Amino acid sequence: MADLGIIVSLVIIFGGLVALFVRSIQAREVDRRIIFLFIFIAVAAPILFPFTFSETATEVVKGVFDKIESLPEGSKVLISFDFDPAMAPEVQPMANAISRHSLEKGHKIIFMSLWATGQALLTHSLANYILPGFPEKQDGIDYVNIGYKAGNEGVLNVIITDFRKMFPTDVNSVLLDSIEVFNGVNSAKDVDLVIAIGGGKPGPKEWVLFIGDPGNIPIGFGVAAVVAPQLYPYYPAQVIGILGGVKGAAEYESELQKTHPRFRDMDTPGLRMMGPQTLAHVVILSFIVIGNVVFFRSRRREKKA
Amino acid sequence: MKRTTYIMMAVVFGLFVLSWIYKGISLQSNNDHYILDGFLVTFSAFLTLAVLSFLYTDNPFYKFAEHLFVGVSAAFWMCLGFWTTIVQNLIPRLSEGVSGFFKVPYLPGPYNFFFFIPVILGIMLLMRLSPKGGWISRWPLAWIIGTTAGLNFIRYLRSDFIKQISSTFVPLLGGGQHEWQGIGHFFSNFDLSASGQFVALVANWVIFLGVFCGLVYFFFSKEHTGTFGRASRVGIWILMITFGASFGYTVMGRISLLVGRITFLFRDWLGLVS
Amino acid sequence: MKRQVPLLITFFVGTLLIFSVFIPPMENVGENFTLFFDIIAVFAFFLGGGNLVRVHVNKLRRQKKDWAFSIVTLVGFFFMLIVGLFKIGNAGGIAASVTAEGSVFQTTFVSVLTPLQSTMYALLAFFVASASYRAFRAKNSEATLLLVAAFIILLGRTPLGLMLTSWVPDSFSILQIPNLAIWIMNSPNLAGQRAIIIGIGLGVVSMSLRLILGVERTYLGEDRG
Repeated sequence: MADLGIIVSLVIIFGGLVALFVRSIQAREVDRRIIFLFIFIAVAAPILFPFTFSETATEVVKGVFDKIESLPEGSKVLISFDFDPAMAPEVQPMANAISRHSLEKGHKIIFMSLWATGQALLTHSLANYILPGFPEKQDGIDYVNIGYKAGNEGVLNVIITDFRKMFPTDVNSVLLDSIEVFNGVNSAKDVDLVIAIGGGKPGPKEWVLFIGDPGNIPIGFGVAAVVAPQLYPYYPAQVIGILGGVKGAAEYESELQKTHPRFRDMDTPGLRMMGPQTLAHVVILSFIVIGNVVFFRSRRREKKA
Repeated sequence: MKRTTYIMMAVVFGLFVLSWIYKGISLQSNNDHYILDGFLVTFSAFLTLAVLSFLYTDNPFYKFAEHLFVGVSAAFWMCLGFWTTIVQNLIPRLSEGVSGFFKVPYLPGPYNFFFFIPVILGIMLLMRLSPKGGWISRWPLAWIIGTTAGLNFIRYLRSDFIKQISSTFVPLLGGGQHEWQGIGHFFSNFDLSASGQFVALVANWVIFLGVFCGLVYFFFSKEHTGTFGRASRVGIWILMITFGASFGYTVMGRISLLVGRITFLFRDWLGLVS
Repeated sequence: MKRQVPLLITFFVGTLLIFSVFIPPMENVGENFTLFFDIIAVFAFFLGGGNLVRVHVNKLRRQKKDWAFSIVTLVGFFFMLIVGLFKIGNAGGIAASVTAEGSVFQTTFVSVLTPLQSTMYALLAFFVASASYRAFRAKNSEATLLLVAAFIILLGRTPLGLMLTSWVPDSFSILQIPNLAIWIMNSPNLAGQRAIIIGIGLGVVSMSLRLILGVERTYLGEDRG
């Protein structure tokens, strides 16, 4: 049934694109609502009739994966959820995958956020996606959620030298001094790895400027696709790796499943989203070609006239 | 309001109730709060479709969703700011009694009275709402500006200037994991493999010249003629490739967001996908 | 007084924060100043909320266009504010996180704010497709270069790119679309973005200096009367 659905969808989409291409040779423009419809079908069809691809992690994604893999058990990893619901479909899969990987390796995780929405999404993720797979992990011993503080880069400027001054307690008003995860962690310099997940401001860039470079702390990025190209200049001198968009998430999930058998059956939203992503890309590329054909045919007609 | 609008609202209301009942029934097993959960999923789906309706035209449902978003979002940030920063950072430094009321640990310190400064500045900031006392809000604004400027000055200079320049000094002979071992070795192992020496060498040349020419393009104090103009031209080409890459990633990002919403509609609302 | 004192505050705070990087004993003062900034930032949230209420109450009173929707804004605002400030439905009580799972505040975030904000941005997928069709025309060599780079990235970031060029032998593997896409990101894109970052970095440094020294005063606004 799924295969039939995929075939029918592909026939509709490609048949429609061919018809529009033929129209474009006659220099006839395409109504934008037709474009909207094609995008909707290109995204909806692979969701209804899923098809997935295998992924191989690129060097830039492996930088983050290998670092978490190589850190000794008990290392302190700080994961910052600096995003809002608008970015969540892209970065949530990578946040979940990285958190699961770190918990599996026995690292002590400090969860925090520079965005107010990040704290709410963090709570939701921990309760519904991350911790259910690790019932043995205990709050305060294996991980801690210290939540959000207002002030953007001001927060980072304080935690680079004194964590407790900015975060005296965790989200449940428990003093950090009584939390085992924070034993030996006085500032961000005592953390072994920082993973900044987000893409706006404050976000990954601020982590490099205020924490990574001043404190010489390894930083990995999990970012929305929109900002990923802007962060490549920091790689590899200032950043160990970049997961860019849903492709980065898919690569990380794939690597996680290959390396850790317990994750073979885990939900992989990143890998699932590559099907609709691929088809939508093809549709957009087709419309770019159609648009250019219309443009050049119109120009030729004007010249003849 | 026009008659068609009333009919439309009645139809939407009817569909909402039907969906609520359908969702409630489907969530009934193993769920004590199936009525509430059914309502919440239906309401989320209604809001999603209300925003998507903008694709057709601006309409009252979209306006409803937009206005609701503005109100809820503003209050959300206020509440988070209050509980996380005022209650957990400010109050414990000012008053043991109030800390006790909010059940947050008191943080004694010899210079805690200085924390009245941000309280006073914060109240001054609120004076912006007053037409006559608005000028006093410049003081806390100046604090904000001064902090941002002071923080950014050193960090941008170090990370976005000095370190970027130093990262641009890449080897122009050899590259990647390949050390230069002479012209003979280079040509005898010549290939176009992605991990090969030639590709790594070209990459380093592109980075070095690309950054230089890109900076030349942005230098507008000199006319872009002659050699300078040619370098600027190369800079434009590099920037065009950069923008093309950014566009490609932007498309990918936006499509992902749409996938997320349609997945919610098909999976969580309609139950068409497991 | 109305302009001199703010300029002095900017100078004092900015200079202290710069010196605190180089003089470790001043680090503590710098941290405290930053803490003050964080607390004032929260008052800015309150200012935003207060302004929102003022604007919409005004709209209601004067019955301007679409005034009925202002009721929606105000109802949403006060509902969220009350459930958040009083932690209604929060099983852990007053000490627990305001975003505790199961609280009315968190439930409203998940059921109202999340679908609204996500869908607002999801609309962009349609508009980016429409804009690509309309605006991406290869009118000159630069535009063509942009288009070609975008094509390679769009194909290379999906499995389709590998499918189309998997036949290319390993000794020419740079010509495989995914490898080409990676090379574009790691080389010309990196170069262009670095040039932009350096330019912006210099701009931020110069603007910060102008603000601290009081040369740039536009943030003070105009004097009235």
